[in-house]
Amino acid sequence: MKKLSANRRRFINNCVTYGMVIAAFIVMQVLNGAGMLSPSLQGQLVPICAYITMAISLNIVVGVSGELSLGHAGFMSVGAFSGIIASLSMQEMIPFAPLRLAVAMVIGAACAGVAGVIIGVPVLRLRGDYLAIVTLAFGEIIRNIVNILYVGIDVNGLHFSIKNEAALNLAEGGMSILKGPMGVTTNVKIATFTAGFILVLIAITVALNLINSRSGRAIMALRDNRIAAESVGINATKYKLMAFVTSAVLAGAAGALYAMNYVSLAGKKFDFNTSILILVYVVLGGLGNIRGSIIAAALLYILPEMLRSMYEYRMLIYAVVLILIMIATNNPRMKAIFARILPHKKEGGDENG
Amino acid sequence: MSILSNLINGISLGSVYAIIALGYTMVYGIAKMLNFAHGDVIMVGAYVSFFAVGSFGLPPVVGLLLSVAVCTVLGIVIEGLAYRPLRQAPSLAVLITAIGVSYFLQNSALLLWKSDTKIFPNFFAYTDAAGETHNSISLFGGQLTVTYVAIFTVVICIIIMLGLTWFTGRTKLGKAMRACSEDKGAAQLMGINVNRTISMTFAIGSALAGVAAVLLCSAYQTLTPTTGSMPGIKAFTAAVFGGIGSIPGAFLGGILLGVIETFAKVFNTQISDAVVFAVLIIILLVKPSGLLGKTSREKV
Repeated sequence: MKKLSANRRRFINNCVTYGMVIAAFIVMQVLNGAGMLSPSLQGQLVPICAYITMAISLNIVVGVSGELSLGHAGFMSVGAFSGIIASLSMQEMIPFAPLRLAVAMVIGAACAGVAGVIIGVPVLRLRGDYLAIVTLAFGEIIRNIVNILYVGIDVNGLHFSIKNEAALNLAEGGMSILKGPMGVTTNVKIATFTAGFILVLIAITVALNLINSRSGRAIMALRDNRIAAESVGINATKYKLMAFVTSAVLAGAAGALYAMNYVSLAGKKFDFNTSILILVYVVLGGLGNIRGSIIAAALLYILPEMLRSMYEYRMLIYAVVLILIMIATNNPRMKAIFARILPHKKEGGDENG
Repeated sequence: MSILSNLINGISLGSVYAIIALGYTMVYGIAKMLNFAHGDVIMVGAYVSFFAVGSFGLPPVVGLLLSVAVCTVLGIVIEGLAYRPLRQAPSLAVLITAIGVSYFLQNSALLLWKSDTKIFPNFFAYTDAAGETHNSISLFGGQLTVTYVAIFTVVICIIIMLGLTWFTGRTKLGKAMRACSEDKGAAQLMGINVNRTISMTFAIGSALAGVAAVLLCSAYQTLTPTTGSMPGIKAFTAAVFGGIGSIPGAFLGGILLGVIETFAKVFNTQISDAVVFAVLIIILLVKPSGLLGKTSREKV
């Protein structure tokens, strides 16, 4: 009887999450159609979707699996640049832009997934802060490699070099795609808000299904008590890796989507600060709470834009807001004050809405 | 000779990392938190000494002392306002707060001192009677030049390391710090004022950041509001490298990191960071708690 009601509550919770995203999409589309969105906000729609997906994806690692990752932008970078390379090299093969976008995102996701396996196997042997620093290290290594990588394409296929553009030896009519520190400068913008919306829906579906599955429960058991979980026969490496790679795949797709929204993009965009930005979304939204991640990512991404009129002070205000939110939600005295003001707020309860 | 000169440069760079890493490691050892704002405290100290010496014409020694004093006060204030209310909070919440403090310091600096690159004066150079500036000594008939900054950095780093070892091992406050890092509850029962001890740890760590600020900027001579962040990350890496929480570990990790980075730069400037981090990963895979870190067994 109890189990049924728990299932039911979870179902309603998930429906609220989906409904919220779909409603937000419809409202934005209507506003956009009515021309009520400012140009700057219009340009933000795709990045918001990409960052929401990034927050959901990082939440799988940090919230559900309980491992602090400080290099998540690395996977976004892998997805972004492999997506761009795929998209530009298939321009003639697939002239239909939405299909090319989908293929680019799949390829970006696949490449990030491979990177996730390569990084995850050694990283997941470590614990706590040591794991965090190694993910940071991998993020920086990826950024450095993208920074020296030159990629070009001609009739013979793809060419790679780590020296300079001339070393690519492109044939007549070839095109260099990735130009080291300059990054990509000749991308074709094909990302759309609808594609971003679909990606967010896919990410929510993947995350919620993972959390509510047998594997998800195994992952959370490992988070709560590794020794106890292992002693009942849960394979720690397998399940931790599963969470890590799922997260990397989603991040790769988000990276590809993000990249397709810009004509030029350099590797330094995906640095340590970007990883931290995504981590901030996840922590403010609530660890393990998918709906929280979505709301936090959307609001915090727009916040600096809304403060644009106070251009000089906006990052300062952002910093102060960040500190105050953390103190307000975690200080025992503050919590007591909030509990008095909002007596109806339930304590604990929905873990994975 | 070029190998020797690179080695000296590496040790000198590593000494700066070591001084910063000592601050990281002490704070981590006692408060169990990654103080991401540490690098930005360095930046603030650098600006203070820059204006003291560059604009007000004070002697470099006063600039250094001012930098240390301001950083110390800043460390205590940050700890009291931002971290103390979160003493019982989950570590991730404290981490995000530290990131918030880091943003706050960087953007305050951006507003106050603008984003243009300031040319930091070399504190370890003197002008002789003929008007010529000397900033290095030549050895082996000019084949090897060693800057004064490099010499001072290494010497100061060793003094700080020995001082800290003595301080944590012998003095009452140092013992109180170690007690707090072992078990805060038990330390409190023994009559140790935990809050004040943590405050003192932040003060010492930030004072070291003030020293590192002057050494770092004298060596590189450029200063922007983001000057502190990359050395901060590297020093954090160095602290983990040597085993976080261990003072000799931070020293060893810093020196090794500096030497590896300098040699990697000779090989290829653009991927020197990648090489540093790759070495870190390999070391951590072989010794998962750093070079001199304690391996704690997990108990059920």
